[in-house]
Amino acid sequence: MMRLETEINGTPVAAEVESRTLLVEFLRDQCRLTGTHVGCDTSQCGACVVHLDGVAVKSCALLAIQCQGRKVTTIEGLAEGETLHPMQQAFHEHHALQCGFCTPGMIMSALDMVARHEGDLDERTVREELEGNICRCTGYENIVKAILDAAEMMRP
Amino acid sequence: MNKFDYACPTSLAETLGLLRDGDEPMLLAGGQTLVPTMKQGLAAPDLLIDLNAVSELMDLAVVDGEVRVGAMCRHAAVAASPVVREKIPGLADLAAMIGDAQVRNRGTIGGSVANNDPAADYPAALLALGATIRTDRRDISADAFFVDLFETALEPGEFIREVGFPACSSCAYLKFRQPASRFAIVGVFVARHRHGVRVAVTGAGAAGVFRWTEAEAALDGNFARRTLSGLALEPDQMLSDIHAGGAYRAHLVRVLTERLVETLGADGARSGKK
Repeated sequence: MMRLETEINGTPVAAEVESRTLLVEFLRDQCRLTGTHVGCDTSQCGACVVHLDGVAVKSCALLAIQCQGRKVTTIEGLAEGETLHPMQQAFHEHHALQCGFCTPGMIMSALDMVARHEGDLDERTVREELEGNICRCTGYENIVKAILDAAEMMRP
Repeated sequence: MNKFDYACPTSLAETLGLLRDGDEPMLLAGGQTLVPTMKQGLAAPDLLIDLNAVSELMDLAVVDGEVRVGAMCRHAAVAASPVVREKIPGLADLAAMIGDAQVRNRGTIGGSVANNDPAADYPAALLALGATIRTDRRDISADAFFVDLFETALEPGEFIREVGFPACSSCAYLKFRQPASRFAIVGVFVARHRHGVRVAVTGAGAAGVFRWTEAEAALDGNFARRTLSGLALEPDQMLSDIHAGGAYRAHLVRVLTERLVETLGADGARSGKK
């Protein structure tokens, strides 16, 4: 076992992990943060996307120990109390989900997308950028609308 | 996943020491191939040496007219680099087409090149641009580096420090990709150098990335789309799988090459996605 000291959603976390423990396993099984999902487990579907030092990564292709001394943000870290993050709110208002399984990964990827493009998104860009997140219900229409809307709301 | 020891060195010197003394060590770069491979039990190192804290491997700079990309430069960094965009726009375009956004945030040039997946994008760029792979002990030309499927000229314990790209007159990359995995079914990189044209093909060759020398010779004579019309690759020298047969891949190589020649011939500009 190895000693892991990291920060998750703004809170310092110290835990014993095996070197082979994946970040997604650590988040779900040890931290009980089950908003991050395991979909394909082959780094294709994007249900497990979290932020590592503010950058979107697939947590099924990362070892927990690689987060030593770094900052992890999961879907649970976005809302401020009862107030949803603008991206979460936009997904809610546009009904950008059906079964909801892909939604946490979609939202974490959407925030990375907005940050990298500094909010300057159009429909084509959003659709291209979503290539690493698979939704089997919605056909993406409302997801794209929600992201574009949130990008506008998040403009400084 | 099998158990392994984990080390996270912060310098090249420390990395070399771990490689020398380690029992069956493997290097972890971006981990976008290695971690899934370990999950499947297809790789089982006793010692995993994580390079993500070795800052000496993360430089990206122009030295003596050559664009030098550190082994741990991530695809997203190469895609967004103003230096790469200015000097070798086709390389920036290629980096932006690898995998998806999350993979590009982690995956590295050194990891991709060392793995030499027959459908990876970077090997085509290195071969067409005549890049130099600099390791901890020597320089290797791209022509000598890519040996066979998942096989390179790297010796046990040898690792890539950086890749040096010489300037070229113009270049571009196009790929026809597998929509789920986003790997190349066929990817073609065409580069125009002062001393001639180089055409490198990934995704298609039965022995991995290769130069299409017949096309190069023809284009050296006349850099025009119609020059290629009589040329054909042998389908039995192509990869063939559930996604595309050998004849289809051979056909795609010529079609993509023709499109690139049209793009580069018209205005010397770069390309875009398919």
